[in-house]
Amino acid sequence: MTTNGKMKNIYLYARFERLWHWLQTLLIIILLLTGFEVHGAFALFGFWNAVEVHNFVGLTWLIAFAFFAFWIFTTGEWRQYIPTTKKMLAVMRYYMYGIFRGEPHPVPKRKEAKHNPLQRIVYLILAAILLPVQMVSGFLYWGYNSWGNWGLSWLSLQVVALIHTAGAFAILSFIVVHVYMITTGHTIFAHTRAMITGWEEVADEESVGDWEYKTKAKAA
Amino acid sequence: MEIAEKKNSLCICLVLLACGVMLMAAVAEAAAPKENQAPGRSMAQQATKSKKLWRTSDHSKHKVLQKDFISGAELTQACISCHSEAETQFHKTIHWTWLADPAEKERLYGKAGNSLNNFCISTNKTKDAGCLSCHPGWGKTKETAVNCLVCHSQTKMNFDEAITDIKGFLAEGDDESREMAREIQAELRAAAQDIGLPARQNCGSCHFYGGGGDGVKHGDLDTSLVKPSKTLDVHMGVDGQNFTCTRCHTTSLHNISGRVYTQPAATHRKSLVEDDLANKITCESCHTSQPHKSGQKMNEHTDKVACQSCHIPDFARVNPTKMSWDWAKAGKLKDGKKFKTKDEFGKFDYMSIKGQMKWAKHVKPEYHWYNGVIKSVTARDKIDPSGIVKVSWPEGERQDANSRIYPFKVHKGNQPYDKVNQTLLMPLLSGKQGYWNHLDWDKALTVGQTSMDLPFSGEFDFVETAYVFPITHMVAPKDKPLSCRECHSKTDSRLADLKGFYMPGRDASKLLNFAGWGAVLGSLIGVLIHALGRFLSRGNGRNRKKEEE
Repeated sequence: MTTNGKMKNIYLYARFERLWHWLQTLLIIILLLTGFEVHGAFALFGFWNAVEVHNFVGLTWLIAFAFFAFWIFTTGEWRQYIPTTKKMLAVMRYYMYGIFRGEPHPVPKRKEAKHNPLQRIVYLILAAILLPVQMVSGFLYWGYNSWGNWGLSWLSLQVVALIHTAGAFAILSFIVVHVYMITTGHTIFAHTRAMITGWEEVADEESVGDWEYKTKAKAA
Repeated sequence: MEIAEKKNSLCICLVLLACGVMLMAAVAEAAAPKENQAPGRSMAQQATKSKKLWRTSDHSKHKVLQKDFISGAELTQACISCHSEAETQFHKTIHWTWLADPAEKERLYGKAGNSLNNFCISTNKTKDAGCLSCHPGWGKTKETAVNCLVCHSQTKMNFDEAITDIKGFLAEGDDESREMAREIQAELRAAAQDIGLPARQNCGSCHFYGGGGDGVKHGDLDTSLVKPSKTLDVHMGVDGQNFTCTRCHTTSLHNISGRVYTQPAATHRKSLVEDDLANKITCESCHTSQPHKSGQKMNEHTDKVACQSCHIPDFARVNPTKMSWDWAKAGKLKDGKKFKTKDEFGKFDYMSIKGQMKWAKHVKPEYHWYNGVIKSVTARDKIDPSGIVKVSWPEGERQDANSRIYPFKVHKGNQPYDKVNQTLLMPLLSGKQGYWNHLDWDKALTVGQTSMDLPFSGEFDFVETAYVFPITHMVAPKDKPLSCRECHSKTDSRLADLKGFYMPGRDASKLLNFAGWGAVLGSLIGVLIHALGRFLSRGNGRNRKKEEE
């Protein structure tokens, strides 16, 4: 994005959304640290503490996620995650080429369209597949001793554990890229500021296509 | 607008209030003088509360015990004159028969039967007199009266020796010898009047010396348990519960509970809540199967991991125990004479009559699946000498609901076997005809096998063997169990050899780890290159644009 053209502040992220984002950030970081300690990658809290903390935070996340799912469906915000191929190539071209040339972002953020096509697909995979898989596999892992009672004796702990580990690697990779990508705003901390205050500075309206809005009617 | 704001602040107030109430409740709970200990501990404390037994009899006042005894049989008779059924009961127990099940004639497990080990190997059906010093009768044969004092006298004394001396002095007949005899008789009388339930010292006079010396056999049973500290054994510690052996090895009709060869110590893991007359032989008897604080992961280990595995981090913590015994090295002479050498513990590590031996202290157990049954090779069983012969080995597997991961001492041996008949051999050791006298294997093996009514081809060699002891004593205090990492570790897990199941922290897929860290590293390198690109193209090209302007 460039500072060319008119810039304006829009309120992009609701209070709940921001709270959710940072709460989840905290939970995931703790889960990654304790999880990889149990996995044997390093020693930090000690195995016992790592297990206790991991279990507690994991269950907390599971409950918290239910609130997020409720919010996203009741507010209709889920529409922001509907994947699209439109302008996908343009966005990819931008990050691979245009960004070095100082070109403007092909899909600027708008209140009703806060994710570009690439974000839509990535966040959809994250929120609808990766995180649920991680939570379900984690919950099963946690409930290992009850598998008999749950009628899940056929499950293999190894399979569940490996899926859970694979999920952790995927989330860690996501975080690496995500943390980097938020520095690609018109200033290094523009996106971070938006996720803290809710207000994002964006280029003027014109460049947003109608198709990007979650409702047919263009926001006035 | 105003109404909305009021509603908002009301909501916030309510939430804050709710938080405050919950916080106060949590603080109140933490501050309450609640006994915060594991339920299994409370249960055990309840189950063992009345520690002081009361007595209705003072044995020093019994007329039958106030005489000068001249034989063991006479003394036994005095006991039986009141305890009319005691001897009959005792004759049926393994402590007397040295047979696991006298009715079972084929395999005939037991010291007096076909069982053997890799220490002194066999009692040659009790024909090796050296072994009989531990038989609870008078003298060194099995055909005598029961010596009640070995188990019941609270005075430490060599009763056999006392009787032999009394008889000897009385036979000499002179006044001085009579006086000597009377003195010993007085001591013996005092010991016979000093009667009680077996103390640690009584059981230990044999069980602490199994294998021919202090701590040789078990590793978790030696003289350090006569007066142990709480740190050595949290139950038996004299500064703690001060349990005697029979506190757990509960007894009925002189039958003392405990494992007998292939018979498990307990077939059901019942707590006293489920069965108030159950043997207290298992940990669960008093501590229940969910002994830890509710919600703790260890409660979810008890279905697969024996209590002993974590609560006995190592054995032989005070006295050393024998870890290996190589009979093949026996028979060496120095200047034509038998000799011995000592190791750093002051224990014999070489003896001409026994061979090479290795002692160790603070030994980490080996862990195996165990359902309470120890399978063993008998003198009649064919062996495969191409590998290590498992003379005794735990039975159990992961899929079996009764099996737990259990700690063991594994004693390595190298002992004679018949190359033609493919059986282990039972040399006679003590006495004139025994190996210890003449150091001639041929002779000792021939006599030994004959005593067992078993064939010997004359061709023998030595084979490596293993013999297991379940580790169950020397339970460390609750603050000194194994740490999780001792097992949940990639590099030096104590359970490294137990395969066939996934264990967090120990197991992982190398491929997944490689791919996973590869992806993370790849992402990192990718974004760094991208960042470098942005940096070199002067910050998203912003600067250049500005310059152009």
